[in-house]
Amino acid sequence: MGFEKFGRRSFTAMTKMSKFVDLLAEGKIEGTVCKDCGAKYFPPRADCAKCFSKNMDWFEMPKKGKLETFTTAQYAPFGFEGDPPYTMGVVNFGGGLKLFARLQKGLPAEEVKVDMDVTIRPLKYDDGQISFEITKA
Amino acid sequence: MKEVAIIGVGQTSFVRGYEGSIRELAFDAFREAMKDAGITQKDVDASVFCSAPEYDKQRSPAGVLAEYLGLIPQPTFYVETVCSSSSTGLKVGYSMIKSGLHDVVVVLGFQKMSEITSAESQERMGRGADIQWEAPFGTMMPAYYALYAQAYMAKHGLTHDDLMGVRLKSATYGAINDRAVYRKPVKAEDFKQGDPEAKMAGPVAWPLRVGDCCANADGGSCVILANAEKAKRLSKKPVWVLGIGAASEAVNMAARPDFSKGLSVGYAAAAQAYKMAGITAKDVKVAEVHDCFTIAEIMAYEGLGFAKPGEGKLLVREKATYKEGRIPVNVDGGLLSKGHPIGATGGSQIRTIVLQLRGEAGPMQVAGEPDIGLVHNIGGVGLYGNVTIFGR
Repeated sequence: MGFEKFGRRSFTAMTKMSKFVDLLAEGKIEGTVCKDCGAKYFPPRADCAKCFSKNMDWFEMPKKGKLETFTTAQYAPFGFEGDPPYTMGVVNFGGGLKLFARLQKGLPAEEVKVDMDVTIRPLKYDDGQISFEITKA
Repeated sequence: MKEVAIIGVGQTSFVRGYEGSIRELAFDAFREAMKDAGITQKDVDASVFCSAPEYDKQRSPAGVLAEYLGLIPQPTFYVETVCSSSSTGLKVGYSMIKSGLHDVVVVLGFQKMSEITSAESQERMGRGADIQWEAPFGTMMPAYYALYAQAYMAKHGLTHDDLMGVRLKSATYGAINDRAVYRKPVKAEDFKQGDPEAKMAGPVAWPLRVGDCCANADGGSCVILANAEKAKRLSKKPVWVLGIGAASEAVNMAARPDFSKGLSVGYAAAAQAYKMAGITAKDVKVAEVHDCFTIAEIMAYEGLGFAKPGEGKLLVREKATYKEGRIPVNVDGGLLSKGHPIGATGGSQIRTIVLQLRGEAGPMQVAGEPDIGLVHNIGGVGLYGNVTIFGR
């Protein structure tokens, strides 16, 4: 349990990765790294698909990346009706690590550009949900 | 390689709010395909049903639909790859025949999307992506495809006018396809930014606008496959399956390669299908591609080798994919105008190509008696990709 607190609204209650939410609450955005073959994963995984190891460790995601692409949703799916407009994007940290999340609410649209320098940070919603977001570096 | 042929095709009109249940919807498509093939249920050895789950309430629909179509006690089962379900069904049916297990197989795609609201539908489709790590942000299909559109605009100089060009083309053919859900004319003025009267201009997931998104619809499609011996005996105009390609890709956007390079499954599936058919992109005379959004058609051009990477927009600007162009694409209105009843879409694309190769496409017929046609059908946000090549 514990993963129901992830994001604006979680669709997954139970996962071996629920510690991700505890780490977020401590202010850390972490992926997993395989102790046996060194493969790094974000989003984190409990199992290494490269060498079949279950021997995983947590590592802190880089802070500096580039915004590879983004979109601003003017409509929302069922369950997110109060949220639009909101912007979501993909950060490329290099070295094969990327991350998908919403951008900080209220960032002026004209300031958001492909390839801009961005950083990531944990985020707590008023209703207790815990997430992470992308913001300008 | 003429081993498996299509001997019958059918589809319902694609509509908003079909007046019956899924079994009646399936029957309408099946009836047309059976009459087209000129066979009875006794000639059919097995059936494959294809849809995306959770639109209607029926669990395990294959047995229910097989009974309604009069296809029991023959074996039947269900196949699903969301929006590409029925082209996956075709691959499965092909394999069942090629293996020698069966001689004649019915592949039926169906979807009744109107049983739920548009917002519920967006939520279902969003859950066709990564529900653990992405759906919690409020993702939906237009937003995912918009990520690709944004990258194309930044890296390749793709413009809103290029995207609009795709929709203007599809609307041209939607208007002359009596099976299409959206048949109204669409003009450039309909995309005018800031004009409240411009019905296509409203942002959905920027940079994609209303006019960039396909129409939800209810519909059914049916394709009947046969081995060479039965095809030659039963059909005057068999259309042969010459090449099949299929691929999958990481569900999470964080694991995707460069967004400005389009969907990797499109490239991978095309390469396999061309190799199996022993042809190249230049040999294709007419194509159906998965234009769930305008950007998706441009990415498809590149994945299929109709244009170089990043240059798909040029085909739009040159009108090369119109009926009279170098490589006609989606001259039945595509998903954008014909409509996209998820599980029925692949079968409908296949039907269009079969009719084109038989010279029976009516006002949509491409001139010059096309001998090779291609179907490109994508599931999810490039989670699955099928490319199938057909010939006379």
